[in-house]
Amino acid sequence: MSTTETTEAAKNDGAGEPTDSVTLYDVDHPAPVIEPPRKRTAKTPKASRGNFEMQTWLFMRLSGIVLVVLVLGHLLIQLVLDGGVSKIGFAFVAGRWASPFWQVWDLAMLWLAMLHGANGLRTVINDYAERDNTRFWLKMLLYTATVFTVLLGTLVIFTFDPNIR
Amino acid sequence: MSTATLDKNDSAGPVDSAENSASHLITLTLRIRRFNPEVSEDAQWQDFTLKIDPKDRVLDALHQIKWEQDGTLTFRRSCAHGICGSDAMRINGRNRLACKTLLKDINPEKPITVEPIKGLTVLKDLVVDMEPFFQAYRDVMPFLITNGNEPTRERYQSAADRERFDDTTKCILCAACTSSCPVFWNDGQYFGPAAIVNAHRFIFDSRDEGGEQRLEILNDRDGVWRCRTTFNCTDACPRGIEVTKAIQEVKRALITRRF
Ligand code: HEM
Ligand code: SF4
Ligand code: FES
Repeated sequence: MSTTETTEAAKNDGAGEPTDSVTLYDVDHPAPVIEPPRKRTAKTPKASRGNFEMQTWLFMRLSGIVLVVLVLGHLLIQLVLDGGVSKIGFAFVAGRWASPFWQVWDLAMLWLAMLHGANGLRTVINDYAERDNTRFWLKMLLYTATVFTVLLGTLVIFTFDPNIR
Repeated sequence: MSTATLDKNDSAGPVDSAENSASHLITLTLRIRRFNPEVSEDAQWQDFTLKIDPKDRVLDALHQIKWEQDGTLTFRRSCAHGICGSDAMRINGRNRLACKTLLKDINPEKPITVEPIKGLTVLKDLVVDMEPFFQAYRDVMPFLITNGNEPTRERYQSAADRERFDDTTKCILCAACTSSCPVFWNDGQYFGPAAIVNAHRFIFDSRDEGGEQRLEILNDRDGVWRCRTTFNCTDACPRGIEVTKAIQEVKRALITRRF
C-alpha cells in the first residue's frame, strides 16, 4: 500500500517539476522498512506436537559418538595401516567385505554418517534459508540425495559380487 | 564548605576551576547508524565528535549529541540505570545497554560505533520494533500457573527452591540476548534466548504448575532445539544471566521427563 502511495507521490512531483525522478520520502510517504526474515507474529504456527526435534537433537549427539569410532577406525584402516592408500583396490575391498563384521561396520557407518550429515544440513537450511520456497526445495534436494545415496550404498554392500568381471 | 581547602580553591578564581573541570574531558567520536524512513530508505553512518568525561556512559554521550548537536537522533531509554531494559544497542559490534557501558571501557581513542540491535525491524535510528520479541515472550506464558483453590496464606518456598531459578529472575527483557543470536537473525520464528530464560524462571519455580505446558511449547520446532550453543546470548546479557546454561537446563528437563 505504501509503495503505491510513494509512486503516486513521485508521479505528482514529476508533473510539477521537470527534474529527474528521484523518489522523495516524507512524513506521509515514509520509505519501506526492512523486516527481519520470518518474523514472529501472533499468528506464528502454533505448537506442533511430537518430539521430532528432540529426537533429531539426541540423534546428532549419539550418532556422533558412534561415528568417532566408526570413522576414525575406517580412516585408520584405509589410509594408515598396512601400506596406506596404495593398498586399496578391488581386491582389498572384496577381501574386507567377505567378512560380515566389516559389512556391518560399513553399513552402520553409511547410515549413521548419511543421516547425521543430512540432519546437520537440514539444520543449516533451517538456519540460513529465509524464504519458505527456498527452504522447501533445498530440503527436497537434500532428502532425495540422501535417500539415493543410502539406498545405493546399502544395495552395493549387500549385493557385492567379488567375482564380477 | 567551611574547609580551608575549598576556600582556597574558590579564591583561585573561576577561570582556573573551569580549566580544571575541563581538563579531564576527552574528545571522542561516536559513529552512529542513522535511519529515517521519512528522509531516505537507506541507513548510513554519521560521525559525531564531542568533548566528554571518559567516566561517563555511552548513554550520556547520546544525550549530549541529542541535546546539543542533533535533536533528531532517536533512541529509547527510560531508567538510565540498567533496570528498564530499553536501551540495548550494538556498541562496537557487541550488544550492551548504553546506560551501563562506560566510555573508558570501550576504547574511546577509536570511533565508537553505535547501531540498533539486529534481527528486529529498525523503525528509526536506534529504535527497533520489539513486537516479535514480546510475542515470543508472551508465547511461553510468563506468569504463575496453578491448579486448585487459592491458598489462604502465601505460597511457601524454601530458600533452596528459590535459589533454583534465581538467575533467570534477573531478566529485564532488554532483548540483548535474542538480538545477538545468529539463529534468531535468520529465522524470527525461533523463540530466542530471552523467551526461554523467562520460561525457565517459571518451569523451575516450585510454586508453579504450568511447567509441563511450557516445556511442551519449547519442545516445538522453533523452541530450545534450535539453540546451537553459540553462547552469544550469555556474552550479551547485561544482567550477567547464564543464558545458554538456562537453555541447556530446559533441554535437559525435556529429555529427562521423557525418558
Ligand atoms: C566423527 C564424529 C562426529 C561427531 C562427534 C559429530 C558430532 C556432531 C554434533 C554433536 C553435531 C550437532 C551440532 C549442533 O547441534 O550444533 C554435528 C553436526 C553436524 N555434523 Fe557431525 N559429527 C561427526 C561426524 C560427522 C560426519 C562424518 C559428517 C558428514 C557426513 C557430519 C556432518 C555434520 C553436519 C553437516 C552437521 C551440521 C553442521 C552444524 O550443525 O553446524 N558429522 N555433528
Ligand atoms: S536474559 Fe539478559 S540479555 Fe536477555 S533479555 Fe533478559 S536481561 Fe536482556
Ligand atoms: S535506560 Fe533503562 S536499562 Fe538502560
